[in-house]
Amino acid sequence: MDITDAIIRLADVGKVFQTANGEVKALEHINLDIKAGEIFGIIGLSGAGKSTLVRCMNFLEEPTSGEVLFEGKSLASLSNAELAKVRQSMSMIFQQFNLLSQRNILQNVCFPMEIAGFKKEERQKRALELLNMVGLGDRAKAYPAQLSGGQKQRVAIARALATNPKVLLCDEATSALDPNTTKSILTLLKQINQELGITVIVITHEMAVIESICDRVAIIDKSQIAELGTVAEIFSGPKSKIGRQLIFGGAVKNVDFGEAKRYRILFDGLSSHEPVISNMVLACKVPVNILYAATRDINGMAVGQMIVQVPQNPEDAERVLRYLKGANIPYEEVGNDV
Amino acid sequence: MFDAVTIKMIVLGIGETLYMTLVASLIAYIIGIPLGILLVTADKGGIKPMPKLQGALGLVINLLRSVPFLILMIVVLPLTRYIVGTTLGSTAVIPPLAFAAAPYVARVVESSLREVDYGVIEAAKSMGASTMQIIVKVLLPEAKPSLLVGAALAVTTILGYSAMAGFLGGGGLGAIAINYGYYRGEKEIMWAAVILLVIVVQILQESGMKLSKKGDKRIR
Repeated sequence: MDITDAIIRLADVGKVFQTANGEVKALEHINLDIKAGEIFGIIGLSGAGKSTLVRCMNFLEEPTSGEVLFEGKSLASLSNAELAKVRQSMSMIFQQFNLLSQRNILQNVCFPMEIAGFKKEERQKRALELLNMVGLGDRAKAYPAQLSGGQKQRVAIARALATNPKVLLCDEATSALDPNTTKSILTLLKQINQELGITVIVITHEMAVIESICDRVAIIDKSQIAELGTVAEIFSGPKSKIGRQLIFGGAVKNVDFGEAKRYRILFDGLSSHEPVISNMVLACKVPVNILYAATRDINGMAVGQMIVQVPQNPEDAERVLRYLKGANIPYEEVGNDV
Repeated sequence: MFDAVTIKMIVLGIGETLYMTLVASLIAYIIGIPLGILLVTADKGGIKPMPKLQGALGLVINLLRSVPFLILMIVVLPLTRYIVGTTLGSTAVIPPLAFAAAPYVARVVESSLREVDYGVIEAAKSMGASTMQIIVKVLLPEAKPSLLVGAALAVTTILGYSAMAGFLGGGGLGAIAINYGYYRGEKEIMWAAVILLVIVVQILQESGMKLSKKGDKRIR
């Protein structure tokens, strides 16, 4: 990818923390290009290093090795004043909202504009516009303690947009919210991405968040990027162990498979338009046992997987596999372990 | 016993006590707030880490706090004479009071500022706020309710010190209680002074708590 495409580029970024118990490697050899205008997801289990990763992007944490480039400029080379300017074009929202508890929500939205040196009338006017945009225009005088979690995150989003940022970093922004509120916040983030053209980076441990709004995703495991690709690619065929664990999850493990061989059939979005299993059964004249199935809608494309058991008779099994191969449907044998 | 002269003396005593306490508190806060801020911001993991300076400052504060007030008052007598011109009377008590209270205030301010949620500070940093902006716009306003509770505590403690200063020629209710009750055996006057001290402490303490609660936007 050309450097002009990447609004944020991480080049071999590493971060080592010095603790009482010695060195802890939080990040190792992270190479990542975030394209302007995309919604990029970073997913991993807790402790994988994703929060540190997002903090390296705006230098809340300084990497101990490698480089972070924002619009082609290395953040390490900037003066404090220049870094402050960069941070104003790279806003951040948090799991715990982090609103100022002693200010009302209008004043909270004004806060980043005070820091950036906007004039008072301009601050007030813009803050009110933003509160209207997130649907809280009538609560301008309320204090954070009077709002629900979802409302607080909306205020935080309005606040994050105040300085006209190019990038919005979301650190587990929906993890403290219930499913319905999560959905509405994600819709708002998508709207911001589409209408304002702001690049959105979403850190989460919830697959559902990635699935519903992201274009591309990086899976972080043990301080490194385990897998990187479009959401459709990763969901239809995760290659890393952690990817499978995150995407296929515990659901499969709970199913008791019998003795016969079982295969995972992957749908890549094209094959799911035709009745694959029915055609296969009709063509092979062999019954298959469907043990697990999940398809999802990713950006209007159906992707997913199915785990089927084929008869123990090797000839029948061979016929099924030959059919799948002929139809260009990816499959693989699976053991007890997913 | 409670004739016009005595009553006038007691009223004057209340005035002197408030004068010593409030002026000394003000000076102690002018010195203590920056020190308290430095203790928090310069700490390891603070917004502007300067661990060596922070450690040294903490040590000096602890040393000063361990010296008993009466001893400290005697030690700073030359300084008092230099600033006030005399070592007797209410005004002469203010420099040692402020000097003794400042390290205490620094610790009280420090503990209030440490209560501020780190997430809010991180949010301000992510917006490009400078250290000064974080102190003025985040740390102090967010800690305000706790700072007011701390102030009530500090002011009442300073008032207690001011009563002690009666032994060394200071003025106020403490001096009246010592001079009349202790040296002259007029128990009624001593008790009147003590009860008035209790009332003043109550009023100061309660006002501090009320102000803190009223200004706190977290509870509703």
